[in-house]
Amino acid sequence: MSEADNTAHLRFPHQHLLGIEGLKEQDINCILDLADKYVEQNRKTNKKTDILTGLTQINLFFENSTRTRMSFELAGKRLGADVINMSSSGSSIKKGETLLDTASTLNAMQPDLLVVRHGNSGAVKLLSRKVNCAVLNAGDGKHEHPTQALLDALTIRRRKGRIAQLTVAICGDVLHSRVARSNIHLLNIMGARVRVIGPSTLVPGNIKDLGVEVFYDMKEGLKDCDIVMMLRLQTERMEGGYFPTISEYFTLYGLDHDKLSVAKEDALIMHPGPMNRGVEIEASVADDLTRSAIQEQVEMGVAVRMACLDLLTREKRGAI
Amino acid sequence: MTSYTLFKNARLLDPATGLDISGEILIQDGKISDIGEQVTTPADAEVIDCGGKCLCPGLIDMRVFVGIPGADYKDTIENTGEAAAAGGVTTVCVQPVTDPIIDDMARVEYMETRARKAKVNFIPFPAITKQLEGKEMTEIGLMSKAGVKAFTDGNKSIANPALMSRVLRYAAMFDALIIQHLAVSELSGGCMNAGALATRMGLPGISTMAETIMLERDIRLLQSVPTRYHAAQITCQDSIEVVAAAKRNKLAITAGVAVPHFSLNEYAIEEYRTFTKLSPPLRAESDRVAVLGGLKDGTIDVIVSGHDPEDPESKRVPYELAEAGVIGLETMLPVALEIYHNGHMPLLDILAKMTCNPARILGLDGGTLAKGAPADLCIFDPDVPYKIDPEKMVSLTKNTPFDGRPIQGRVLRTVVGGKTVFEYQA
Repeated sequence: MSEADNTAHLRFPHQHLLGIEGLKEQDINCILDLADKYVEQNRKTNKKTDILTGLTQINLFFENSTRTRMSFELAGKRLGADVINMSSSGSSIKKGETLLDTASTLNAMQPDLLVVRHGNSGAVKLLSRKVNCAVLNAGDGKHEHPTQALLDALTIRRRKGRIAQLTVAICGDVLHSRVARSNIHLLNIMGARVRVIGPSTLVPGNIKDLGVEVFYDMKEGLKDCDIVMMLRLQTERMEGGYFPTISEYFTLYGLDHDKLSVAKEDALIMHPGPMNRGVEIEASVADDLTRSAIQEQVEMGVAVRMACLDLLTREKRGAI
Repeated sequence: MTSYTLFKNARLLDPATGLDISGEILIQDGKISDIGEQVTTPADAEVIDCGGKCLCPGLIDMRVFVGIPGADYKDTIENTGEAAAAGGVTTVCVQPVTDPIIDDMARVEYMETRARKAKVNFIPFPAITKQLEGKEMTEIGLMSKAGVKAFTDGNKSIANPALMSRVLRYAAMFDALIIQHLAVSELSGGCMNAGALATRMGLPGISTMAETIMLERDIRLLQSVPTRYHAAQITCQDSIEVVAAAKRNKLAITAGVAVPHFSLNEYAIEEYRTFTKLSPPLRAESDRVAVLGGLKDGTIDVIVSGHDPEDPESKRVPYELAEAGVIGLETMLPVALEIYHNGHMPLLDILAKMTCNPARILGLDGGTLAKGAPADLCIFDPDVPYKIDPEKMVSLTKNTPFDGRPIQGRVLRTVVGGKTVFEYQA
């Protein structure tokens, strides 16, 4: 692809991508505009360009992940970067090395991009202070997962033509969800109306302060929505007894055709994956191709991450 | 041979009596022998000119954690003593959270022996329960008879209500003071104040209920026994109201607060600064303001530093994984003076909470400038402005939440038993 294309002017005025909070509308549009271009590139037979040739991207995953790590890996490789994966199992992390020692060690290897996921909120920010390269947050604890919110935004923008003025319901386990937090910030920045729906044990009341309306009844909350974002029920974090049974949860909060009927007729269904079918979403709803954007989200994920890797290295590559 | 020292030209502040005069104070063999506008001084007395600065009783800090024994990479007794001296603190009350845990008389004596090398007085508080496990009580009777002033499980609560009920009844027989850390453990799994900020940051919160529920339970238990009970740290409005009501009902309850809880709120965390992690956590602004009110109206009797050295390895980690604890001996007085400078409280009232009040609660001779009291003194200039610089502190660990804070007030000289143990060098 020629550098003389219509995206060459795009600037992302940040060293890292650590979260959505603090970004401006134009920052987000900048990423989405460039991602649109990469969607086209990814649909061609030859998906590869060489703009990141010679650059090293390290995917550092302290928490298990398949799809996010693969998506970042694919994004880096399609741009020509050398991509290395490091995960917690079997590495020095398991042997007791501290986060900051790991950061210093990797930094000494002169990477250009560090993609980091960590189980603790704020950990990626902490690490970013100790390295010289661009850091992308691939999810930190319950705090943020910015590229997920960006790929959701790209999906919405392509399907609906805009984000502003849409009514978006985020449903389920908001308490434990970094996806929910990043999406709430992004949708507010872009001018959407945001609702959160879930049981009171999984939706902290003070989340109102982030600029959302809170509903504890699924049908009330879904009424006239344009977008229904389901969250994965993080059953591995449910040791505290946040609801009585999966069956009760599905009955009250699982997305089925009946509950969905109160949303707008063309309401889009989204899910960050991996889905628990029959827990937070009925299989036939998830598979309804006219309404479900779940597969599209995965596709947009690669494009959005390519855009982020591109933008965060533009200054270094002398592309601006 | 009798030795005399005269501190002259001082603004004498004795919160125990409300004394605030310009005058001088004569020390004879480590004790205060005379005080007044002008005192008769033997010709061979050493004379120290205080230059018109404030002179008050040395501060008594009821809540200090030490790394010795067990964790001498964090600090040493000597270093804690030096930090205390630099902060005008002449008596530190050591929490039993050490390795081994101070939970019998032999270990109390061991700590006292180790502390003889330190520049200030150390008073070890032994544990209420063996090994701080909250299961069996320690030898409260024997230790009380041997002179122990107070018992505490440090940064752990006595969770079992049946045990706490027995502890309170048993302690009453010896007039022992029981100091409780207020935290229902099942509600304390988080790492910062519960609320909108915690939700935004994705950090698990600790509700003020964790504190107030435990306090209310203990007060219910106290209604049937005359035990002297001290709430180690009060951090929220609900707890203030509960303590105030208990005091109106004439229960033998007193309460303390650590300096950070009235000088910082939860927003000090900024971008996951682990030096702001405390137990209990820094609270909402409304709670901080309520705590200030409790200090002013006397609901809170005591100000402590909560000094708790943590080495960098315990703090240079993600917030949730960081150890709770901040240092505070050197910043206790200057930061507390903020509420004098901003007109919230008179100087003597603030000093009372670090001198005569803890002395009264613990039954100590110090905390006053009365004739016959130990010559533990703090000479300070309340007005000199500067910024807190961790690198200039004598504490081995630098985990202060006040890094860079502009303050007014500097300790110029600290005297323990008539001997100068600290002198400020510009």
